[in-house]
Amino acid sequence: MPHRLLKFALSKKHPEPRMFRAPAGLKSEYDAVIIGGGGHGLAAAYYLAKDHGITNVAVLEKGYLGGGGTGRNTAIVRSNYLTPEGVRFYQGSVELFQDLSRELNLNLFYSERGHFTLAHSPASLRTQRWRAEVNKHLGINSRVVTPAFIKETVPEIDLSVGGQQAPICGALYHPPGAIARHDAVAWGYARGADRRGVEIHQQTAVTDIEIRDGAVAGVHTDKGFIKTRKVLSAVAGWTTHITKMVGLRTPLVIHPLQALVTEPLKPWLNSIVVSASLHLYVSQSSRGELVAGASLDPYELISMRSTLDFAEGMSAGLLDLFPCLGDIKVLRQWAGLCDMTPDFSPIMGTTPISGFYIDAGWGTWGFKATPISGKTMAFTVAEDRDHELITAFNLSRFNRLELVGEKGAASVGH
Amino acid sequence: MKIINCPINGPRPLQEFHFGGEVRTMPDPAELTDQQWADYVFNRDGEPGVKREWWYHVPSGTWFIAERDNRTDEFLRTYLYNAERTDG
Ligand SMILES: Cc1cc2nc3c(=O)[nH]c(=O)nc-3n(C[C@H](O)[C@H](O)[C@H](O)COP(=O)(O)OP(=O)(O)OC[C@H]3O[C@@H](n4cnc5c(N)ncnc54)[C@H](O)[C@@H]3O)c2cc1C
Repeated sequence: MPHRLLKFALSKKHPEPRMFRAPAGLKSEYDAVIIGGGGHGLAAAYYLAKDHGITNVAVLEKGYLGGGGTGRNTAIVRSNYLTPEGVRFYQGSVELFQDLSRELNLNLFYSERGHFTLAHSPASLRTQRWRAEVNKHLGINSRVVTPAFIKETVPEIDLSVGGQQAPICGALYHPPGAIARHDAVAWGYARGADRRGVEIHQQTAVTDIEIRDGAVAGVHTDKGFIKTRKVLSAVAGWTTHITKMVGLRTPLVIHPLQALVTEPLKPWLNSIVVSASLHLYVSQSSRGELVAGASLDPYELISMRSTLDFAEGMSAGLLDLFPCLGDIKVLRQWAGLCDMTPDFSPIMGTTPISGFYIDAGWGTWGFKATPISGKTMAFTVAEDRDHELITAFNLSRFNRLELVGEKGAASVGH
Repeated sequence: MKIINCPINGPRPLQEFHFGGEVRTMPDPAELTDQQWADYVFNRDGEPGVKREWWYHVPSGTWFIAERDNRTDEFLRTYLYNAERTDG
């Protein structure tokens, strides 16, 4: 054991600095209150302070930072979506991610792996081709590849899927597809926001929101009332709790999404592999664990329970794709909450309530959006108008019947 | 394994069922503004609580209604659509 580590372990003091302060108590008033200490809320706090100089801000988190979807996702980042609105938005996020370790001065283990979306039928190949063409048109590195190319890049794959599905007939390939260390993203933004004066209050739950004459007047918490004229709700899977407080109707329904990791293995799987037909996606983390997730649980539930059904189904699918994994053990499994929209696009921006801003509808796809959603929501809160990248995602799109159909690109949970 | 009580076939495993969403009464579109119609088409009652939902028992082709707590996944009652009408 290195001398320094030994000294640290034996020391009664903790000489290493904390990532962020633990403020003494809530102030009576803030310029803005952010509900939710996930990546989105913390990124919004960071950009509010950094881009807009608004630092009298409190982030309120009922549990611990990153304890929601942020610390539970399978950390896939990509921009090969289907709609031009989606592609532009997620590409903005990929670009921020590529420089984020430097900007936050924290190693996020951002690792570009290449992302395969396997097609098992001509119909799904057609959707992949459509996505590839939209992507290319918008300057995204994305193309349809042959089974031979897949086999060459991922030699362990069984293209016939053990006969359990139609064989793999191609894939959408997105070389910039990446994975990152998700909790570091939350901590990095938290530290950056904290250093600029934002207060982060963990163990502080918002219990109600005070609206007067159609405008936000403050928030009630389990630690008292705070006056504020701007509230950003960034609570993803808990959004229906918050919209109930302010009486806002939305299409959101909550489903659990489950994932698992295997025991650590020597590095062998460089790419991220997704199969909608097998309901699975898998990558190998920097620790060597295979990180694998499924599609949504098939019915609404606001609970983070795990099921044996998932572990069984996931293992079966993994074996069909990678028969070499027969002896590998599952280390742990868990679930997170997904706030699903009917068009698989987020709900972002201003609302009919003055001073109430919403960042939700992150479903199974919101981790990759963390930087860009933080940046665009900070703009929206500061300027009281939607950032141009998110106007298509405003809640009012449902009233206008102008949905942004992303199902083809977002329906498998990643 | 999760067991659901089908009003016709009794307790059966979850795998035999399909979730059909919240029970909602369709208003007359001719009577509604576009906004009200959009509200019916898209908006849902996704809040935590006890919900009335459509469920389908696939092998027997039975649609029925379940009252379920969407926080605990506890099925409080299941009954056929008509039965619900008679017992109020
Ligand atoms: C298994 C799984 C795999 C996934 N894989 C991917 C993936 O590969 N790629 C991808 O892009 N996305 C993925 N996602 C989706 C992604 O995790 C989420 O969309 C994203 O993390 C949402 O981040 P957030 O910051 O908005 O919310 P969260 O991280 O969920 O944070 C919300 C926070 O709000 C807090 N909160 C709630 N209510 C209150 C209250 N009343 N008062 C105070 N605080 C409150 C919660 O405690 C929570 O910490 C996955 C999700 C799951 C579950």
